[in-house]
Amino acid sequence: MSPRETTPQVDFFRGIWKENPVLIQMLGLCPALAVTNTVENALWMGIATFFVLTGSSLMVSLIKKLIPGEVRIPLFILIIATFVTVADMALEAIVPVVYKQLGAFVALIVVNCMILSRQEAFASKRPIGRSLLDAVGTGVGFMIAMVMMGSVREILGQGTLMNYKVIPGNFEPWVIFILPPGGFLTLGFWLLILNWWEERKKDRAKVREWPDGVGMPGERRVA
Amino acid sequence: MTAPPGAPQKAQVPVWKLLVTLGTAGAVAGFLIVFVYAWSQPIIQAYKAEQLRLAVQEVLKGPARFDTLYVYDDALLRDLPEGVDGTSLEQIFLGFTDSGERIGFAVAYGEPGFQDIVRIIFGYDRTEQTLLGMKVLESKETPGLGDKIEKDTSFVNQFDGALSPLTGVKARESTGDPHEIDMITGATISSRVVIRIINNQIERLGPLMDAYVQQADAAQLAGAGGMR
Repeated sequence: MSPRETTPQVDFFRGIWKENPVLIQMLGLCPALAVTNTVENALWMGIATFFVLTGSSLMVSLIKKLIPGEVRIPLFILIIATFVTVADMALEAIVPVVYKQLGAFVALIVVNCMILSRQEAFASKRPIGRSLLDAVGTGVGFMIAMVMMGSVREILGQGTLMNYKVIPGNFEPWVIFILPPGGFLTLGFWLLILNWWEERKKDRAKVREWPDGVGMPGERRVA
Repeated sequence: MTAPPGAPQKAQVPVWKLLVTLGTAGAVAGFLIVFVYAWSQPIIQAYKAEQLRLAVQEVLKGPARFDTLYVYDDALLRDLPEGVDGTSLEQIFLGFTDSGERIGFAVAYGEPGFQDIVRIIFGYDRTEQTLLGMKVLESKETPGLGDKIEKDTSFVNQFDGALSPLTGVKARESTGDPHEIDMITGATISSRVVIRIINNQIERLGPLMDAYVQQADAAQLAGAGGMR
């Protein structure tokens, strides 16, 4: 079966919003809940994941014709694990303070199903350029979702943003937002807002179709 | 599921080809990891050494210099016997003023806390039995609660000048005794861990510190006598 035809623009932008790995596909939730207590941590986790995803997609797409189908999954995991190990050591050398905060979650990128799914569903079937666009788009989408989570949690949990105080006065930070339950709460709030916004968009589209309110929702008027 | 009759059969990939593919990929991956390891390790080690040096400076209140002492064979040694590698041995530090007077010892140690190992360093004047300062080196205690052992300055500053052995007390039960440390409300376990580490290490290393100081003083006297 040949892969579904798409344009390069679709390959790139799909992962950023329409099929955002965290906010739409609900993939990679473990780091999204665990290490987004500050924007800095969220951003570095996003960068590490971006590096692993683009590196793995590039490599898989490059050698896809040499990979026998029987061993493709172990080989994908080997490639991902290699990039994760490289990212792990590089982060410890470059940003040791953040590395300490991220703890075991950098090594756990290897089991992020978002990365393996992009190799199996896309990179192993598409040319290098398209695979790279898909990986960059998905990686950026993941990073955006991480920063969205991190900014809410840091502002409400510490009263700061990127370590700068943003809530003046004697605001007592809501510590729960930097604890694990705060991750679930924040993700819930973001999903609520985004789904509400999506539904509102659909309702407005329906109203435009039937401005006089006549007819069934979703039905198109035939001229 | 079996293929319908007449359908083209997919060629079976020989086992040796699967092994060669995985083996080659493994070798390339290993090479890449070793390359990055060789690049990153010196940077990581240098950072850790610098952090430790800064922590020693902080808890010994800015000594002019400090010696690294190794815990070896139930004694503190500055110079290890020939052939003994010091990197795997426990190290403590002895700080000196400009004029060469001893300020105190800096001891780094870790014990299990509420979530994971809490590793601290503290400065200790053995002669006065007084603490000079405390700094948390590593901790994964609960953000907002247990992590106050490193972020709450009113807790950290109490160790400066406290007398050993330390006693942890609830803030409202404090009597002002110099042995007392007011524990953090909501982080009692983490506070107790810090106090326990300090008391345990002073009890364990105190006699070794005494022996080292006596030996160093004797050697200094002998050296001065020799000069006369």
